[in-house]
Amino acid sequence: MLASILSLGGIGLLAALALGLAARKFAVEVDPRELAILEVLSGANCGACGYPGCGAYAKAVAGGTADPTLCTPGGAGTVAQIAHILGVEATAAEPQVAVVRCQGDNDRAKLKYHYLGIYDCTAAQRIADGPKSCPGGCLGLGTCARVCPFGAIEMTAAGLAVISREKCTGCRKCIAACPRQVIAMAPLRATVHVLCNSQDKGALVRKYCQVGCIACQICHKTVPAAYVIENSLARVVYEHQEEAAAAVAKCPTRCIRDFAEGYPEGSRFSAPTCPTTAGRAA
Amino acid sequence: MRLKSFPGGLHPPDNKQFTAHKAIVDCPLPAELVIPLSQHIGAPADACVKVGDLVAKGEVVGQARGFVSVPVHASTSGAVVAVEPRPHPAGKPLPAVVIKPDGEDRWIDGLAGIPAEEQDDESLRDRIRAAGIVGLGGATFPTHVKLTPPGDKPIDTLILNGVECEPYLTADHRLMLENPERIVDGITILQRLLGVRRTLLGIEANKPDAIAVMTKACAGTSIEVVALAVKYPQGAEKQLILALIGKEVPSGGLPMDVGVVVQNVGTAAAVADAVRHGRPLVERIATVSGPAIANPQNLRVRIGTPLSHLVAVCGGAKGELAKIIMGGPMMGSAQLGLEAPVTRGTSGLLLFGPGQFPRAPEGPCIRCGRCVRACPAHILPTAIAACARLDRFDEAEGFDAMDCIECGCCTYTCPAAIPLVQAIRQAKAAILAKRRKG
Ligand code: SF4
Ligand code: SF4
Ligand code: SF4
Ligand code: SF4
Repeated sequence: MLASILSLGGIGLLAALALGLAARKFAVEVDPRELAILEVLSGANCGACGYPGCGAYAKAVAGGTADPTLCTPGGAGTVAQIAHILGVEATAAEPQVAVVRCQGDNDRAKLKYHYLGIYDCTAAQRIADGPKSCPGGCLGLGTCARVCPFGAIEMTAAGLAVISREKCTGCRKCIAACPRQVIAMAPLRATVHVLCNSQDKGALVRKYCQVGCIACQICHKTVPAAYVIENSLARVVYEHQEEAAAAVAKCPTRCIRDFAEGYPEGSRFSAPTCPTTAGRAA
Repeated sequence: MRLKSFPGGLHPPDNKQFTAHKAIVDCPLPAELVIPLSQHIGAPADACVKVGDLVAKGEVVGQARGFVSVPVHASTSGAVVAVEPRPHPAGKPLPAVVIKPDGEDRWIDGLAGIPAEEQDDESLRDRIRAAGIVGLGGATFPTHVKLTPPGDKPIDTLILNGVECEPYLTADHRLMLENPERIVDGITILQRLLGVRRTLLGIEANKPDAIAVMTKACAGTSIEVVALAVKYPQGAEKQLILALIGKEVPSGGLPMDVGVVVQNVGTAAAVADAVRHGRPLVERIATVSGPAIANPQNLRVRIGTPLSHLVAVCGGAKGELAKIIMGGPMMGSAQLGLEAPVTRGTSGLLLFGPGQFPRAPEGPCIRCGRCVRACPAHILPTAIAACARLDRFDEAEGFDAMDCIECGCCTYTCPAAIPLVQAIRQAKAAILAKRRKG
């Protein structure tokens, strides 16, 4: 009895000694600022900063090799905290949101064939450039919604991706995933957008979509500063965002949307009460 | 005697009875020929004619660009009425030269054959390339490239592919029955260019008449005609090599790695035409078949003939069309409509009505292993497809996704109707994109 207590105890003591020595010998120096920065990052591990996870980014920022303003999900609050930890000046870039530039769901845009394959936009795009007649339109198979780490993208029943202006943190993962470049970043303060991505001529667009931009120039004529037409597609000049709303009701195909008035048809997201400050709930 | 074959594969109903007994018919000139500039694997050709030009049959309308590229020729005489993107079998509009035939079907002047014996290898190869010859089995790989093996890869065996294992298609079968001498002539030219020791012509045992005719035509030559078991995909390059000479092409390798070059019988005949008569590849044989065509036929058709013309020549479609396939039902490509033209790779056109090309709703994998048993490449389709659908492409690569020959056996046999090949293609595309990035 005694022998076993002694021998086990002895083994325990030896092991403790070895561990203690090893801990000293192999100790890794951790920059305390790195830990502090990791604390204030959003912890989403979304990769928006361009590093493989929050830990790697915290290390790079502490090491001085990364810009401290890259954590978009964290927003202005996180940037301010990191700046404080590092004792430097830094201001967050203007907050951005992702916008799906299309309203041509399956009820409003024509399909060129009946797709029965794998439920994934990239897979569908590989077959004769996707089932949608419009070469730029949303395929509606939800590849973006599946990659969004923040659940910010919903698919409507008629097959259209819609991004919540409140939940989107601007991480750009959806942009990388979409095979049709339908999604683009825009400043959060901009609520008026041309929701179309077709660069085809108006006559052709009319053939395949009820809500496509036909480049009729009416928006541009209504508010010349706020709209430009390039490659048969209108685009809002965000610097003149305030004036842009005046053309929304004038568009013959209704492809300009003011998100302050509401989301595209079929979406369950509700219009933010104050669209310019909602979003980033800091 | 046990017929030669390869492990894996399966037996879809061959449905060749509709056209196997029908002699090849010349397809009449359509009102307009749409000749795509992209008709082969490799760089598309550059248009070298403009609207208003008058061209003769066999005149070059598209110049080759790069080594793995061949020129494109006018397939009849007439006027160029457009050079613009037109519907293409790939499912999107691609650049094409549109010719309005003048009805004379006049060959370009100065076409002459020079006896192959009087030409050196280099000029023979140039001639084959200038004639625009590509693999006519459907893969459309430029033939002159295969005939220029790198010096460190000596070729000792030439294999001729007369298998035609895709259901419905009978174009090669009819060609072997009707023009065996052209095929044999082409083979002798290929033999000389490659300097091979051994030449084998593989034909599936379901074509006993073709085996008999070719055996007779090959008498006195060094070509051995071999009957092969009836099994899909017996006509796939690597499977054919394994069946005939028992050599396995290494993973990621090419037939030339085991000293073999494989050519389709139709390609051999086209080589003979190019060398003996100086004629470029302006027509091919295509089988028009399927349950929804009134009068299935084997047609000799000019490159650029709209598919709608083929259907009209074959008595039109029976009722509503639900699926149109260019090529065979296993590896062919579904078409958006009948606007696209015949290209060099068009071995057939199949029409199906509603319910004639059934497709069950997808279910979960029941781990039955049928896809694994059927896979002639000996990979695990279900595992690769599962990885692909979770975007785990590195794992898919580890399961040798790149060895998939896209024959469709797994999808065909899967009782759960899982689109296995589509998922594996996704994986292959992602792996290739990653490799390109470096
Ligand atoms: S936005 Fe792009 S990824 Fe998202 S559903 Fe539409 S096509 Fe697919
Ligand atoms: S919507 Fe796009 S940009 Fe916004 S959080 Fe989701 S993935 Fe990121
Ligand atoms: S035309 Fe515009 S709105 Fe319509 S499907 Fe195309 S991109 Fe979408
Ligand atoms: S054949 Fe289909 S169900 Fe069977 S193991 Fe393969 S994938 Fe699964």
